[in-house]
Amino acid sequence: MDHDATADVNAPHSMGTTIIGVTYNGGVILGADSRTSTGLYVANRASDKITQLTDNVYICRSGSAADSQIVSDYVRYFLHQHTIQLGQPATVKVAANLVRLLSYSNKNMLQTGIIVGGWDKYEGGKIYGIPLGGTILEQPFAIGGSGSSYLYGFFDQAWKEGMTQEEAEQLVVKAVSLAIARDGASGGVVRTVTINSEGVTRKFYPGDQLALWHEEVEAHNSLLDILNASNPEPMST
Amino acid sequence: MSSIGTGYDLSVTTFSPDGRVFQIEYAAKAVDNSGTVVGIKCKDGIVIVIEKLIASKMMLPGSNRRIHSVHRHSGMGVAGLAADGRQIVARAKSEAHNYENTYGEPIPIKELADRVASYVHLCTLYWWLRPFGSGVILGGYDRDGPQLYMVEPSGVSYRYFGAAIGKGRQAAKTEIEKLKLSEMTCRQGVIEVAKIIYGVHDEAKDKTFELEMSWVCDESNRQHQKVPEALLEEAKEAAKTALEEMDAD
Repeated sequence: MDHDATADVNAPHSMGTTIIGVTYNGGVILGADSRTSTGLYVANRASDKITQLTDNVYICRSGSAADSQIVSDYVRYFLHQHTIQLGQPATVKVAANLVRLLSYSNKNMLQTGIIVGGWDKYEGGKIYGIPLGGTILEQPFAIGGSGSSYLYGFFDQAWKEGMTQEEAEQLVVKAVSLAIARDGASGGVVRTVTINSEGVTRKFYPGDQLALWHEEVEAHNSLLDILNASNPEPMST
Repeated sequence: MSSIGTGYDLSVTTFSPDGRVFQIEYAAKAVDNSGTVVGIKCKDGIVIVIEKLIASKMMLPGSNRRIHSVHRHSGMGVAGLAADGRQIVARAKSEAHNYENTYGEPIPIKELADRVASYVHLCTLYWWLRPFGSGVILGGYDRDGPQLYMVEPSGVSYRYFGAAIGKGRQAAKTEIEKLKLSEMTCRQGVIEVAKIIYGVHDEAKDKTFELEMSWVCDESNRQHQKVPEALLEEAKEAAKTALEEMDAD
């Protein structure tokens, strides 16, 4: 087979990605993996795909890294002006609408799927999914990115209305780690952002501390660990 | 009350020595001479009522409306030059429409009032434009509850519990202040403002008038609409009765 495993490192960066947003009773939790890939090369294994738009609204970015960054920069700028004009924080609905206006109007040029999540005093916690093409859909939970293909069935079974914050957090982390296990374009660490009336909390779950799923092998930081172990037989555990 | 600003009143871009812009004050006179417009904020919504002076018996009742819906959730009562008022309403409709298209939610009433006020003010800044000869009372019901604003020809806009412009505004304001608005529903408020309008109407100086009323409240599902026919008639009857009682004293 004749293929070049070292893709051009200057080629457009794409985020293979698994992104998730769920509502719970009190707010929302956004979750994502951390792999940015250029073909087969992992350009950034610890990227932050959960980006802030305002104090109370964050987005998960998937697809083209450049496209999703520029869209989020524009929307952050518009939301900032809107907040000043209104004299109070923007609502999640307004943020989501601004994202989809850009996505829809530039659908021929952009390739980015975005999940908008946040909390405002009128509607509470809300999640909006804005896939390729610029549809906007308000959902109790949303999944996106290449890794999400492996999660549809999982969410059908595991999702419940009105979860607590702990339940929702565990659901998100479990889902992202399941997707990382099966999707080659997703990997690295799991990041979550929780948004509610009290504010925003970021959490970080290192890749080697995630649960192991069917046929997954334990992570080793270095082969030197095996040599220094009491039983220096490789692949013996 | 009125002073002639000889020499300093020819252009809206000229200040008088005592810091006044006379053209704007003259524009306000156009509003002061028109039929009374009253707006009140009750605990569950807004009521706007207009004393529509009828110029000719040949006019069809119900035509020449002076209250207009700006959006589903808001409406505007216009005093002063009718054509000028129509422009202000058109602009407000356009602002509300554009806001919803851009931001995906109905325009907050405060924002709408700001935009209308900016537009009216704009027309007082250039010598090739003249100020609007109309003032508006804007009432709406958004996610922050019912709100009432008044925009004057100068471009000034304030939020009110009760507001009145036009001929009978002084008397109307006195009457409004007597009402306990925060305890009143719109249904009750409709009756009260009808009484006020009938009370301030000057039978001697003015010809007949038509009562035009609209509301936006919980009962109307937070939509701006004409007060239902039955309630309107009830209000008119109550107002006429109250007037007769006063005359009987």
